[in-house]
Amino acid sequence: MDFNDSPQEAAFRAEVRAWMAKNAAEYASPPATPWSEAQIVALGRKWLKRKADAGYATITWPKAVGGRGGTAMEEVIFRQEERKYVLPDGPFLSIGVNMACPAIRRHGSPEQYQRFAPLTLSGDIVWCQLFSEPAAGSDLGGVRTRAVREGDNWIVNGQKVWNSWAHHADWAILLARTDPGAPKHKGLTFFVLDMRTPGVEARPIRQITGRTDFNETFLSDVVIPDSCRIGEVGEGWAVAMTVLMNERAGPRDKDGLVLRLIERARSAERPGGTALDSAQVRTTLARLYAEEQGVKYFGYRLLTSLSKGEPPSPAVAMIKLTQTHYAQLANAYAMDLDDFAGLFETPERPHQDQIFFEYLYQQGLRIAGGADEVLRNQIAERVLGMPQEMRADKDVPFDQIPR
Amino acid sequence: MNFDLSDEQKMLKDQVSRMLLDRAPPARLRELIDAGQDWDPDLWRALADMGLLGAAIPAEYGGLGLGEIDLCVIAGEIGRAVAPVPFFSSICLAAEAIRLAGSAAQKARWLPGLASGEVVGCLAVNEGRGFAGDRLEAAVSGDRLSGVKWPVSDAGVADIAVVVAVENGRTVLGLVDLQGPGVTCERLKGFDELRPHHRLAFSDAAFEAMTEADAAQVLKALYDRAAVYVAFEQIGGAEACLWMARDYALERRVFGRKLASYQAVKHNLADLYVYCELARSNAYWAAWAMETGSDQLPAAAASARVSATWAHEQAARENLQTHGGVGFTWAADCHFHYRRARLLALNVGAEEVWADRLVGALAGGDAR
Ligand SMILES: Cc1cc2nc3c(=O)[nH]c(=O)nc-3n(C[C@H](O)[C@H](O)[C@H](O)COP(=O)(O)OP(=O)(O)OC[C@H]3O[C@@H](n4cnc5c(N)ncnc54)[C@H](O)[C@@H]3O)c2cc1C
Repeated sequence: MDFNDSPQEAAFRAEVRAWMAKNAAEYASPPATPWSEAQIVALGRKWLKRKADAGYATITWPKAVGGRGGTAMEEVIFRQEERKYVLPDGPFLSIGVNMACPAIRRHGSPEQYQRFAPLTLSGDIVWCQLFSEPAAGSDLGGVRTRAVREGDNWIVNGQKVWNSWAHHADWAILLARTDPGAPKHKGLTFFVLDMRTPGVEARPIRQITGRTDFNETFLSDVVIPDSCRIGEVGEGWAVAMTVLMNERAGPRDKDGLVLRLIERARSAERPGGTALDSAQVRTTLARLYAEEQGVKYFGYRLLTSLSKGEPPSPAVAMIKLTQTHYAQLANAYAMDLDDFAGLFETPERPHQDQIFFEYLYQQGLRIAGGADEVLRNQIAERVLGMPQEMRADKDVPFDQIPR
Repeated sequence: MNFDLSDEQKMLKDQVSRMLLDRAPPARLRELIDAGQDWDPDLWRALADMGLLGAAIPAEYGGLGLGEIDLCVIAGEIGRAVAPVPFFSSICLAAEAIRLAGSAAQKARWLPGLASGEVVGCLAVNEGRGFAGDRLEAAVSGDRLSGVKWPVSDAGVADIAVVVAVENGRTVLGLVDLQGPGVTCERLKGFDELRPHHRLAFSDAAFEAMTEADAAQVLKALYDRAAVYVAFEQIGGAEACLWMARDYALERRVFGRKLASYQAVKHNLADLYVYCELARSNAYWAAWAMETGSDQLPAAAASARVSATWAHEQAARENLQTHGGVGFTWAADCHFHYRRARLLALNVGAEEVWADRLVGALAGGDAR
């Protein structure tokens, strides 16, 4: 066991630090006025391009496809250094880099990959994910959006929903049904879709945070050329699984949340001292810290096994499950520490709205990208070897499943 | 960075695990409890023969001279099997205390015996309620010790005790030969009878001081280390519970299907898996910090302790619950862990104590 950087890793870290100091200087502290959505997207494109030009956009990919040919450990080191800055980032970048491109690479043709990967890495196209529908979320295999073949094209009709940043996206990854007579997971096909195609309409939906960064997306007689089909007809589920696997592997370290909470406790007055003097407060903080650190080190253990060439573990599901668990509680506790006053933004608590936002947002993360219950099923079935859920829709043609 | 056990450590883990499965099966545990035995001396000898007792004791003192991580690996397997041996008392407490604070002569005198298993040691700190170092009454005057220590684990089979006492208002650490005059030992009635605890009464017993260094500091370090060893023991126990529950749920059928196919059971066990892995991850961090002498040890040890206690207690309870009525019987094995989880949750200090130490370490101050 060795927890320090190897000499090679230390050298890489030093290189990244120097590069960041030079190239991310303007992001060393939060922007004076919060970025608008359009600004984040514009700055995000530039930031990704800057990384891509230096070979940092996709560290583990081969050089031939715009990567750096680096190790998973180097990827982590880069992210750790990146986290010291406040960077313009969002799903519009990660869906492209971490979800769309790997899926195209694995299931698409080399020409398709050449067509999309470089433009994605240069920030010229940003992506959204058109998977979920009103009647298909956790049960994603239930998508009803129809794609019908017409010569060299597909005509697509349906409604997608909860599509993050779709109103800013250039392209989308799309899961649609091409054979309603086949069993649920067998009648699906995967496409990439130019969001400027006539008949595509993304309508932003207001979220509990007050922001409007996800959408319902209507597809009316949308024409998609067959050259934008990724994988075989009827093989869409396998492509979608590649996307979901990468999505669930996604969440990053959130180190430091509990240390900030300790500082809050230290400044929360109590008769004769501060909240940090209370055994009850210390116990709560200690539990949160043990969870925060535990999941961070669990991530390092997975990484160690990946770097030894072992296959990715389905236990990765516990990372998001745990991170959202303690982060939701920690943000609630940040309010608790100030008692009733914790629910208000005042001159003494000028940044309280960030706590409000985080507390709201963590609830969304418990649902998006595999809800808690779905992740627990994944752990039980794929890690502990327990039976799959009983299901009423197996081997039944999709159009005969009771609605 | 390489955040995993080495291949040799994995082999060690398998080897110990297989040996304990073979020599300390649950039937043997029931036998020992029914007979009111303090320990299993044959098993102790077997561990000694494999060199495991001296794993972390330097070669010059008759040990294998491996690192602390190896000792953690062994502790984990002891926990998995609920092995009835004074490993924690003799090796993780007494031998560690002598390694940390003994003079060269004391190390030469005691460590070889501890490594070979011929000598069994224990640590006498507590005086009823109260954690290491609080309000001690046991007093040393000259080279004589008087006072009462309880609970002391495995004192009934120990030859020597490392004792913490006060001398002129100062905390001191020393060695007492338990066979010598002025020592009486009485077994307590405890919650986990598979690891006996005792009351040691000293009346002008011979006391050999151990260190010139500040004993309170030594104790703090000793407890950080002890917390890591116990964390591994707890995690071994928690994993045993998780897999026992999983196996039972796969076998048992209710309402026409496997118990393991019910989501309530699946999610319960998935949560236990998460607790085990969080605890194991913190424990690796702590074991690494201990072996490399990192200044992160206090925070790492306390994190490991807090998460391992949670994992073990939850796993012990939910394992028994998953078994239904049969889990409540003496003949089933759930109760060994159900009791042991409570013992290990308190034996080096309750959660409140470690939460305090953890926040103290993080907030840049000491514990309150
Ligand atoms: C902030 C946010 C961003 C999102 N971004 C996108 C995006 O960009 N693109 C996209 O396509 N989608 C996106 N989603 C949608 C997300 O993937 C779905 O919301 C999610 O998969 C859950 O589906 P659902 O909303 O239909 O809820 P349901 O699947 O109906 O779930 C409702 C509840 O039932 C539980 N449940 C479901 N199945 C089971 C089961 N088998 N056993 C036990 N409990 C179960 C769930 O865990 C949940 O608690 C986003 C969602 C959120 C909140």
